[in-house]
Amino acid sequence: MSREIEILKILENNSRISSNEIAEMLNMDVQEVEDIIKKYEDDGVILKYKTLINWEKAGVEEVYAIIDVRVNLSREKGYDDIAKRIAKFPEVHAVRLVSGEYDFQVVVKGKSLKDISFFIAEKISTIPEVRDTNTHFLLRTYKEEGALLFEDEEDRRLAIVP
Amino acid sequence: MKKTGGLQLSRERLNKRVRELKPSGIRRFFELIIGRDDVISLGVGEPDFPVPWRIREEMIYSLEKGITSYTSNYGLLELREAIAEYYRRFEVDVSEENVLITTGVSEGIDLALRAVVNPGDTVIVPEPVYVSYSPLAYLTGAGVVTVSTCPGFKITYEDLVKYKDRNVKVLMLNYPNNPTGVSYTRKELEELADAVLELDCLVISDEIYAELSYSFKHVSIASLNGMEDRTIILNGFSKGFAMTGMRVGYAIAPDDILEGMVKIHQYSMLCAPVTAQVGALEALRNGEDELEMMRAEYIRRRNFFIRRLREMFDVVMPDGAFYAFPDVSSTGLSGMEFAERLLMEKNVAVVPGDAFGECGANHVRCAYAVSMEKLRLAVDRMKEFVESL
Repeated sequence: MSREIEILKILENNSRISSNEIAEMLNMDVQEVEDIIKKYEDDGVILKYKTLINWEKAGVEEVYAIIDVRVNLSREKGYDDIAKRIAKFPEVHAVRLVSGEYDFQVVVKGKSLKDISFFIAEKISTIPEVRDTNTHFLLRTYKEEGALLFEDEEDRRLAIVP
Repeated sequence: MKKTGGLQLSRERLNKRVRELKPSGIRRFFELIIGRDDVISLGVGEPDFPVPWRIREEMIYSLEKGITSYTSNYGLLELREAIAEYYRRFEVDVSEENVLITTGVSEGIDLALRAVVNPGDTVIVPEPVYVSYSPLAYLTGAGVVTVSTCPGFKITYEDLVKYKDRNVKVLMLNYPNNPTGVSYTRKELEELADAVLELDCLVISDEIYAELSYSFKHVSIASLNGMEDRTIILNGFSKGFAMTGMRVGYAIAPDDILEGMVKIHQYSMLCAPVTAQVGALEALRNGEDELEMMRAEYIRRRNFFIRRLREMFDVVMPDGAFYAFPDVSSTGLSGMEFAERLLMEKNVAVVPGDAFGECGANHVRCAYAVSMEKLRLAVDRMKEFVESL
């Protein structure tokens, strides 16, 4: 693995880590690490520094829904055009073109089930190219972005082993 | 057990060599640690990762399918084939017929020594070294010669050929090494191979940390010219695949030696646990990504930890495994005193170096198989301790 990729992996796992710490881990100069990060930021490889929060644990209610969307394509409107139109709504968390029965998988975030229902009915379903939708409300998340959202095993090792 | 009050046996009850065997050097230290809360332990020679889930899943599934019986004494054929295939990566050309599945490398060491050593033979053990080599060699009736490798921790051709007239039967090797982390390059191993040929002896090569080799690619001494027929390779799944509690390892040896080892194994262990063998097979087939992830993490920890330790002590750069073996004599304390006081005053546990042989007395073994956060905290506390002296 190249050092550049290593830096990305470390940052992906912990965006708050300092360049100093990364330099220590990879046996590099701090300046060198900072230059690489800056370059990736400028090139749009690093898009955003994000924190993964277990909102349920924080006592904040959020409602997510996954919407399968089937569309009609025309000579003027391809997948990219429709996807971009859907992606621009702030309620939309993710848009993915997928294989299978439906064309897009759209993840929508709202304050309540009602909120999301209105959004789908009024904003998504009314797009002329949208043929039909199938909505799954998210009841509970167990794993997100590779992190487990439940208590995992504790360290059972002895304190000392020769 | 209840005492019967019957007549005492008129002879010594215990075997002479067992009586003479010294208990592990860290027993007293172990007692100190029991009952202390919030200790950051760098004393554990065990990955801090659990067994990768895909391996656990395979073992659970095998239990559900009722795969719970004995296997052949040699172990599952598929696993032996996979191991032979795997060792071809290290340029050791073997077939499954040269592979025996053992209950961890610990059993492998015992089997290998018992299979080849006669009372009166000499076994050379370079120190510092993992705690069980010398006692197990001693139990075979051998004369055990420990050779200090301090301060660089590598044994050389010159160190070995001195023992040419000592009826040396076995040289014990362990690289990357526990407790020092050092390993041997191809060139260094070629020199050792020359010495082995001069001594006309065998090598028991414990390569349990082969996958955790960072500075250079691991070379098996068995792959060197003339050594395939003189080497017993021991390896297992505890360290690379974090499967310590599964107790599954293996030996690769020339036909006649393997047959000898199987004889002992079939009368003592019979076979390694089948569930663990199923897990081991999954590890070899599909565990490469998890292994790579763990290895990358150990390298990061090593780089960080050694840099910080070098602010305080002389430390040889570990080439692999997950141990650092700093020389703490600059503090004016022995390894034992240092470890005891560090534990009592700063709640950080490290292992006194003399547990791994006399020449380690000025050292302590620190295992960096803990999270970066804990490692940082431990080394900060260590620094405070050293500055307080």
